[in-house]
Amino acid sequence: MPGCTLLTDKEDVAPYECDGLAAYRQLPLGVVLAESEAHVQAVLRLCAHHGIPVVPRGAGTGLSGGAMPLREGVVLSLARMRKIINVDPYARTATLQPGVRNLAISEAASPFGLYYAPDPSSQIACTIGGNIAENSGGVHCLKYGLTVNNVVRVRAVTMDGEICEFGSHAPDAPGLDLLAVLIGSEGMFAIVTEVTVRLIPKPQVAQVVMASFDDVEVGGAAVAAIIASGIIPAGLEMLDRAAAQAVEEFVHAGYDTSAAAILLCESDGTPEEVAEEIERLTTLLEAQGATRIEISTSEAERLRFWSGRKNAFPAAGRLSPDYYCMDGTVPRRAIGPLLLRIREMEKRYQLRCINVFHAGDGNMHPLILFNGNDRDEWHRAEEFGADILETCVELGGTVTGEHGIGVEKINSMCVQFSDGERDMFFAVKHAFDPQRLLNPDKGIPTRARCAEYGRLHVRGGLLPHPEIPRF
Amino acid sequence: MNDVTADVKITKTETLNVPVAGVQEQFREKIEDAYAHGHRLCIRGGGSKDWYGAATTGEVLDTRAYRGVVAYDPAELVITARSGTPLAEIEQLLSARQQMLAFEPPHFGPGATFGGCIATGLSGPRRMSVGAIRDFLLGASILTGRGEFLQFGGQVMKNVAGYDVARLMAGSLGTLGLLLDISVKVLPIPPASATLRQEMGARDAVRKLNEWAGQPLPITASAWHAGMLTIRLEGATAAVRTACSTLGGESMQNPAAAMYWQSLREQSAAFFQKAPAGAALWRLCVPSTTEPALLRDADSQLIEWGGSQRWLFASADDDALRQAAVAAGGHATQFRYAKNGIDVFTALSAPVAGIHKRLKTAFDPAGVFNHGRMFVGM
Repeated sequence: MPGCTLLTDKEDVAPYECDGLAAYRQLPLGVVLAESEAHVQAVLRLCAHHGIPVVPRGAGTGLSGGAMPLREGVVLSLARMRKIINVDPYARTATLQPGVRNLAISEAASPFGLYYAPDPSSQIACTIGGNIAENSGGVHCLKYGLTVNNVVRVRAVTMDGEICEFGSHAPDAPGLDLLAVLIGSEGMFAIVTEVTVRLIPKPQVAQVVMASFDDVEVGGAAVAAIIASGIIPAGLEMLDRAAAQAVEEFVHAGYDTSAAAILLCESDGTPEEVAEEIERLTTLLEAQGATRIEISTSEAERLRFWSGRKNAFPAAGRLSPDYYCMDGTVPRRAIGPLLLRIREMEKRYQLRCINVFHAGDGNMHPLILFNGNDRDEWHRAEEFGADILETCVELGGTVTGEHGIGVEKINSMCVQFSDGERDMFFAVKHAFDPQRLLNPDKGIPTRARCAEYGRLHVRGGLLPHPEIPRF
Repeated sequence: MNDVTADVKITKTETLNVPVAGVQEQFREKIEDAYAHGHRLCIRGGGSKDWYGAATTGEVLDTRAYRGVVAYDPAELVITARSGTPLAEIEQLLSARQQMLAFEPPHFGPGATFGGCIATGLSGPRRMSVGAIRDFLLGASILTGRGEFLQFGGQVMKNVAGYDVARLMAGSLGTLGLLLDISVKVLPIPPASATLRQEMGARDAVRKLNEWAGQPLPITASAWHAGMLTIRLEGATAAVRTACSTLGGESMQNPAAAMYWQSLREQSAAFFQKAPAGAALWRLCVPSTTEPALLRDADSQLIEWGGSQRWLFASADDDALRQAAVAAGGHATQFRYAKNGIDVFTALSAPVAGIHKRLKTAFDPAGVFNHGRMFVGM
């Protein structure tokens, strides 16, 4: 196949041995760098014929090991398919190859006053194909939605080499909404070769209110009060004291390090809208017991306020040789109780944990600090992480809000879903990939694996058959 | 251990919280029986959308005994309700807290239920500015065609654990399972609203609507018919005021404006009531920029959703009309009134139809539910 590169030497495939979750590594049989849909089709047909599993990969920025290779499998990289096929300002759409970077879409749309809303933190590097695999969010998704709400059409190749169109340029495509289930399927259904996204007008202005609270629970109540008052802020982010102190030392964003929690609340829109919303927010935050309130007065100041939140992960990296990022989501009302439970776990596992989170949608990113050279510390960090995720399920939430299951959280799926539900996931995968060759063994654990894991499926705080005593 | 879920205040209204003990069990027995004996069931709520989709057969499985709001906390922006709950009751409960189902689902009759609203997947005038039901659906529990209870998604906004099977239920016409408890995201009712009208031809209206949609204007609904373009602006008071002066046109006051948008949503407006004898109401979904003349005579159309949804009356076997919609990059549905024409929905490509068939087998292996309502064999 002209133009299609195949890598098999150990030193050539080594860069593909892991994604953003570097703790899990595996060298693949080979890596194919596809440059066209025809390449994708040919590779899939060949692999299907020989029964070779295929793991798709974009930029490799995923945080759950979804792109980790399989020893007997081929990694299919879409990173070279990075053509922006068209930006149509009149129809407000952009059509892209899967390897186009998330930020590159907004850059291409910018001359027309438009942008692509989902903005995962890795947006300078991550690809739109990877965003589809993970249903990526970002700090603005409370107001503007996730990938599933902003992609209108996907063209993809199934494992048997068939080309399928899901969704369309017109709304409400006939049949079942396969696009909705394809998005977030972690590369297990089909390989995306073309994507059409919705572009929206850039907000004219944005302003941030930064509020301090002397108690995390009071901060959590303020978040609930904002939402209940009818305001949907463009961003609503929180840091606990440990996280605020860590980032302040690192980037000097002007955070109040004496506060128990810092809340960042962004308003965007027309100048009139923003002025009206900022005034309502300030009044509300005061009434909710904020101990200090600052409002950005310039774009530079707005970016400075955000710089702390955006540098939380590297700041954690300065505090400790390694950190382990969790991604559970809980109902907003359970944010405070979850933070208390995490504090108890810090003592139990003898590890520190700092917390940053998308407060608006209850998506938590606890960062567990540990030293990877110490096997015991890594083991405790893994246990600590699983404990946090299972607590999220117990509090009515989910083990992953935006990073995906991949290989990392596969055991926690045994807790969130029943045997019957996991069987149905396999059946849905079978509908797209009957040979089970596309990114197999990720995302959904088998019954055998769950039996081995030994933790029971929990729903609403209740074990199955609550009438049966357990010790 | 401290059980948080039990401590939280969940707003429940006494009147809506109807006891449903045993109802799920009755459903399960009925489904298991049908599965074992090869019978078919037709899932039905209030019957307000019986006419939608292809004809189906089977004993009616009435969902209305399974009703009531399970949980609603305005600060969470989520409501969970049982499938047989009247849609009007849910809307009333939400509006008392200044919230709404933002996709403005049509009722098409006083008996409309929440489950029917999800299963048909139909949206009202706000569709293009906020999305459809599938964009708001967070979680659903179902009984499969074998009577098995399964639960997907949840009550949180961000959830990527497992495949998003809950969203697959939106618009599935009851072909995959019987919906039980459904959680959807709700939104605050915008503080200000204005409706503006101006005279304009169809071509200009489509062009203007697409241009406006690319600007930061709070347009949340539009309709063009018979030389008149009507738009609705919603949002912060100041933003709506500024947009009104930018766009111009004659302002339509409430309650007339609210009634106008409702008459479009419910298809009680004169256009929909004047069906020529024997004609079917066709729903064409096309890219918003599609030239009206590419489809049919512009004057015969009612254009909604910024140009994306177009209604017109034509013969029930007008395949040329469907082909025109497909050629424009869209699809055509034989929506209402006439029967016995060509297929109700635009056909799928062979590989996509294959995926549908395997999904149907996974959820409903014996074909118990709503046989043939979507496609032949589906």
